[in-house]
Amino acid sequence: MAEVLGKVGNLTWIELKLFLREPLSLAFVFAYPLIVIVVLGGFFRDAPVEVGPLAGFDMMESYVPAYIGLVIASVGLLGLPVHLAGYRELGVLRRFRASGLPPWALFGSQGAVTLAMAVAGGAVLVVTGMAAFDTGLPQSVAGVAAAFMLTVFCFTAIGTLLGAVMPNARSTLGFGLILWFVMMMLSGTDGPLPAMPGWLQTVAEALPLTHAVRALQYPWVGLGWYWEENLVLLGAGAVAWLLAARVIRWE
Amino acid sequence: MFVVEVSELCKSYGDRLAVDDASLSVERGEIFGLIGPNGAGKTTVIECIEGLRVPDRGRIRVLGLDPVRDGREMRRLIGCQLQDSALPHRIKVREALKLFASLAPGASRWEELLEQWGLADKRDAAFGSLSGGQRQRLFVALALVNDPEVVFLDEMTTGLDPAARRTAWDLIRRLRDRGATVILVTHFMDEAEELCDWLAVMRQGRIIAADSPRGLIDRFAPGINITFSSENGDLGWLEQLEPVHSMSRRGRRVSLEADSDALVAVAGALFEHGLHPADLDVNRPSLEDVFLALTGERAADEPAVSSGEGGSGGSGGQAGGGPGGAAAGHNRAESPRMIKGVRRG
Ligand SMILES: Nc1ncnc2c1ncn2[C@@H]1O[C@H](COP(=O)(O)OP(=O)(O)OP(=O)(O)O)[C@@H](O)[C@H]1O
Ligand SMILES: [Mg+2]
Repeated sequence: MAEVLGKVGNLTWIELKLFLREPLSLAFVFAYPLIVIVVLGGFFRDAPVEVGPLAGFDMMESYVPAYIGLVIASVGLLGLPVHLAGYRELGVLRRFRASGLPPWALFGSQGAVTLAMAVAGGAVLVVTGMAAFDTGLPQSVAGVAAAFMLTVFCFTAIGTLLGAVMPNARSTLGFGLILWFVMMMLSGTDGPLPAMPGWLQTVAEALPLTHAVRALQYPWVGLGWYWEENLVLLGAGAVAWLLAARVIRWE
Repeated sequence: MFVVEVSELCKSYGDRLAVDDASLSVERGEIFGLIGPNGAGKTTVIECIEGLRVPDRGRIRVLGLDPVRDGREMRRLIGCQLQDSALPHRIKVREALKLFASLAPGASRWEELLEQWGLADKRDAAFGSLSGGQRQRLFVALALVNDPEVVFLDEMTTGLDPAARRTAWDLIRRLRDRGATVILVTHFMDEAEELCDWLAVMRQGRIIAADSPRGLIDRFAPGINITFSSENGDLGWLEQLEPVHSMSRRGRRVSLEADSDALVAVAGALFEHGLHPADLDVNRPSLEDVFLALTGERAADEPAVSSGEGGSGGSGGQAGGGPGGAAAGHNRAESPRMIKGVRRG
């Protein structure tokens, strides 16, 4: 067991350092949400949410958890799969396999890196919000923590699945960016969802980030745990993990 | 006991047969070389043994383990340097060695490997910033980081400068002397001749010959080529000598194809006839001649050549005509099964 943890731990440590040496991922994890929240804060400071289930709550208070969700989605849809597909393309996965690195150690390290990045990106958001816009800490820390973990679980799985099937890093980046843009615009981080036409709402409901954002926002503002959304994240994540483990190509 | 045993291995990519009924066995503590033209199937054989590819047919045992079924256990005991692979560009040399050492329980020699393979001053350099030869050396070091019993090196010295190549040879020999078994693929015939205890020659997915380097030369490129300069127009008597097969002249330059023990007879005859050429030279065939004779000059990727094979004709040079032709004949006759017979009972 110690040996197993050692393998995942070592790989995770290296992967973490590699992630931090990658400017693109840093931009998406730290810079993008930071810029957006500062700009949005300039617009919506002290404004209340006007429609939807969060109506009446402070706008910035709803944005912080939503952007935490987006950070996780960025790592899952862009950082992780591009990284994995690049590894396959270069032959790094072959190299790992020849050294007897078990697949779950690779998956585990990707999950751990995503989690670490999500925590770091989330902390940046929370601290910025507190410092600049008087936002607070979550009303239900446990509820947010649970939703946070499930969101990481779900998006690591989706990212691994993407990285496992896409032929190369470039196509993965292209596809990941499309998914990311669609989710960013439809999943309630950048505008009130109830204002969208019906068919768009249907599309939005099919996106995991929509569920992640709700699962994070409810306990954050004090509406309690959103069990159904947590279950959706768990289910979607489990399905994606199983698929990824089945279809992963090493070369 | 053989450390690696492969029998009747077949592997296709789609409908392209890459390895066709290949058999080989590697003894403990030897350096085993696999040579052959591009596309002959060497890497495919090696990767099947390493468990990176699943054979279509055939039986493979490495230290008694099945690479597919017992892959995990086997990988602890072997080290692989792959022909095509890479590391993340931003990983540092030191990090890579440490990471791969951490994958192998009990491996802690990575600092020493860093020194041995001349990477000590590159320890903090990113993989992406290394030169081709430095990358290659890092890959070899990675293959050795778990103190393997069997080491696979697929074109280990490609891209190394001559000095680094010599160093690599020394290190590989030392590895063998410590009891490890080394299986290497190379396109450098001097390397194969110098380093390997046993060689298998592959062509078009088949193993067409296997022997010690000396044995291969004796079998497939027998004879020597003797040259000297002379103004004397009438040297017909040289051709009458028993061990001399043929003579040719180009201007003053005389060239004899002869048995490998012919030198004394030729020198004696020259002396008797009052000739004392200052440039009497002997060219003994090398493994390269064997390679050319056995595999032909054409790339193996081309469709199989049926007749009028180009092996000897064009090369003209030293081991030319006779031996080349004989070897080409031998090559067609020798089946993998016969080679198993040739190989140590
Ligand atoms: N992944 C692959 N997919 C399809 N065909 C392949 C693949 N790898 C190798 N081949 C084909 O199989 C044959 C044997 O290839 P292999 O790499 O084993 O040759 P090799 O002897 O190692 O050649 P080289 O000396 O150039 O490294 C070649 O014709 C090659 O085109
Ligand atoms: Mg090869």
